[in-house]
Parts: sequence; structure tokens; C-alpha cells
Amino acid sequence: MDAVVDIAVLALLAVTALGTLRIRNLFAVVMLLGIYSLLCAVLWTMLDAVDVAFTEAAVGAGISTVLLLGSLALVGHEEKKPAHRPLLPLFVVLVTGGVLIYGTLDMPPFGQPDNPAHLHVAPRYIEESGHEIGVPNIVTSVLASYRGYDTMGETTVIFTAVVGVLLLLARGPRPRRPWGRDERNGDATDMEPGEERLNG
Amino acid sequence: MDDRVILRVGTKFLLPYILLFALYVQFHGDYGPGGGFQAGVIFAAGFILYALVYGLGKVKEVLPPLVAYVCSAVGVMIYAGTGVVTILKGGGFLDYNVLLHDPHHGQHWGIFSVEFGVLVTVFGVMVSIFYAFAGRRSP
Repeated sequence: MDAVVDIAVLALLAVTALGTLRIRNLFAVVMLLGIYSLLCAVLWTMLDAVDVAFTEAAVGAGISTVLLLGSLALVGHEEKKPAHRPLLPLFVVLVTGGVLIYGTLDMPPFGQPDNPAHLHVAPRYIEESGHEIGVPNIVTSVLASYRGYDTMGETTVIFTAVVGVLLLLARGPRPRRPWGRDERNGDATDMEPGEERLNG
Repeated sequence: MDDRVILRVGTKFLLPYILLFALYVQFHGDYGPGGGFQAGVIFAAGFILYALVYGLGKVKEVLPPLVAYVCSAVGVMIYAGTGVVTILKGGGFLDYNVLLHDPHHGQHWGIFSVEFGVLVTVFGVMVSIFYAFAGRRSP
């Protein structure tokens, strides 16, 4: 039964990906990408990775869709015809995909208890975290306590991302530039066009 | 946009539950799936939904961009600050055992504190990025 659901979800993923490639209407493409993320979330849930599924559904299907719709309002709804023939990119993608599949041949079989991933630190987390950390959700203890450094790095990465985006895109209230490009300085009045676009 | 009554009323009805659910995801992260990252995203999604239905101007009255920017930075500070506090208490960086007299309580509050930092940063970042995208005029 699990195998049937797996195959069905993976087939839907492939269909969604192909649809994303073929469709020229970018609004439909954004919706398909949201569906793709939701299907991924289903897949993670079936792999018992509920934390990952949660994140995928919230970020991939939720926020990303909204951000992509926001960019659609700027770039228009129709995809332009590509200027080049897609043969070279197709070749690159096929070679990369082939190499990746070749790489999976060396991987241990899925879900075996004696796989290296289950023999290194995982037993310790499972056996000790209960009375070392005292938190029932092992994912939380690994994320926030055992690997607190990593998570701090990730938080910093997210912060860095927003700094980059704001440097490139933001038009918030800031001091008037000495070399005087007035159009970027206003706040409330400049926001009106964006507001109209968002509302319809 | 005044004619979309269902959308407006529906949003008003859903919004408190979205924000509450974010807090549930945050505080229940010790026991079930979820944690600061997901909670931050859901909390931000509440504000973004409000912006989509009521307009960017309205949500900026509730949550000025500057607050979102500050949130993104303060969250990282809370996270790193927790590590500094554990150092001052005589442990290693982010070694929560020393936070309180009992290591379990220390771990619990340490995790709570860093997850809260993650929540604040992710919330601020998501809203800031949304503001940056939605506030642009088409070229």
C-alpha cells in the first residue's frame, strides 16, 4: 500500500514539474510550484519526517508562493519565448541527473537499520536525549541543543538573506541621499501602487 | 476592494487562529513537530494574509517595516545572547545545563530561549522580504 502511495505521489511530482516547464502562463506556474511543494510535504510525511514536511508546507507552499506572486505583479503574467534552443541545457540536465542516479547506486538500501546513518550518533540521541535533555521530541533536542551551533548558523544565514534582499530591494524610510534621487525616498505615498496591485 | 466581503470577514475570522496556531507550534515544539522556524513562518503568514486582503498600507500601520527589520536582528541577538549567558554562568557557549540549578530545567529554558530567537528572526525576515517585494513598483 505504501509503495502505491509513494509511486502515485512521485508520479504527480513528475507531472507537476513537467507542467511547470510547459505552461507559459506564469500565474499557473506559481500555483503548480505551490502544489509541487505540498506534494513534497506529503512525501516527507510518508518518510516520517514531519518536521521537514511542516517546514516545506509553510515555506515552500505558503511564503514562496506569495513572494512569487509579488514578483509576478512586477514582471507580468506571460513567460517570454526563450532566445536560445533548449538542447544544451537539456544535455546538461540529463548528464547531471544521470550522475546523481549513478551516485545513488552506491548508497545503502533505504530504511535498513544497519545503515551508517543509524549507527553513528543516532543511537545516542535516541537513548540518551530523554534524560540528558528531557525533551520528548528528539528532533528539537538535536536541533536546539546538541547542534545549537548549527542552528545559530542557520538563523544567521536567514538574517544575512534579509540583509541582502533589503540592500537590493527595500525602499523603506531612510535619509535623503546626498546625490538626490528623490524617487526612492518617499514611503507612504510610494507604496500606493504596490497596494493597488496586491489588491487586484 | 470593498466588495469582497467574504474575503474580508473570512480573513478577520481566521487571523487570530493563525497567530494562535503559530504560538502553539512554537511552544509545543518540545513535544510534537514544529519549532521556532515553522512558528515564525506561520506568524508572518498571518500578517501577509492581512496585507493581501486589506492592503500593504493597512498592515504597515500595524507592523511598520522598521519593526520587522529590528525583529530580524533581535532574534539572532537573543540566540547568541543565550550562548553568552551560558558562558557567563560558567558553562560553554550554548551549554544550557548551567542556566538553572537543574540541568533539565536549564535545557528546557535554553531551548525555549533559542527557539524564541529563531521565531523572532524568521518572522522579521519573512515580513521584511514580503515588504521588499510587495512595495516595489513595476519598472
